[in-house]
Amino acid sequence: MARVLLFGPLRDLAGWRERQVEGCASIAALRALLAAEDARLGAALSGPGVQVALDQAIIKGDRPLAATAEVAFLPPMSGG
Amino acid sequence: MSEVLCDVCFDPGALLSAFCQGRSEVGAVASFTGIARAEAGGTTILELEAYPGFTDAEIGKIAAEARSRFNLDDMMIRHRVGRIAPGDPIVFVATAAKHRRAAFEACDYLMDYLKSRAPFWKKEHGPAGARWIEPRDQDHADIARWDKETTR
Repeated sequence: MARVLLFGPLRDLAGWRERQVEGCASIAALRALLAAEDARLGAALSGPGVQVALDQAIIKGDRPLAATAEVAFLPPMSGG
Repeated sequence: MSEVLCDVCFDPGALLSAFCQGRSEVGAVASFTGIARAEAGGTTILELEAYPGFTDAEIGKIAAEARSRFNLDDMMIRHRVGRIAPGDPIVFVATAAKHRRAAFEACDYLMDYLKSRAPFWKKEHGPAGARWIEPRDQDHADIARWDKETTR
């Protein structure tokens, strides 16, 4: 069961910050599941500047998901 | 809360005093304090979100890079998360080095990184509603200056 985290505007768009998702063997499968539930969120997750962190490391492209994976979608960052 | 992230208001003067204490060899300390702007009443609260664990680790990496790149003796970074009132400090960076140029430049570098590459998300709340802030073109240009300077 993967733990999915949303930050910044993605969290507001989805209406949730964190949830557990079952039955997704890859990042691509997770994206497809979230997009099927909420098309606007699905589009936003592949929007400009959105990065993905798997178990707190930035990744590019698709990866298999372990049952205990933590996946975070990170929109453009702005601090200070 | 970690060493870097802080969910209550901090006193930049007290941090700087503590940072300067007991240094007889460093020669130079530079610091920067970022303060939440009221934007003429347009912003009543600034909300800062981080990714606990990840944000700390990413800042730790850039701190290590700054330490070797500018040959720093020491540094301190504090960054607010949560709801911040106009006039309250958001970020504090202090750097210590043998000579002033390295201290100034490292402070500048760390702030450019924090503005556009550190894992924070910033939302302005005001009378007109709330909006998420993305880095400005100037912020991207500021950090890009350091990418070009590969041979120092």
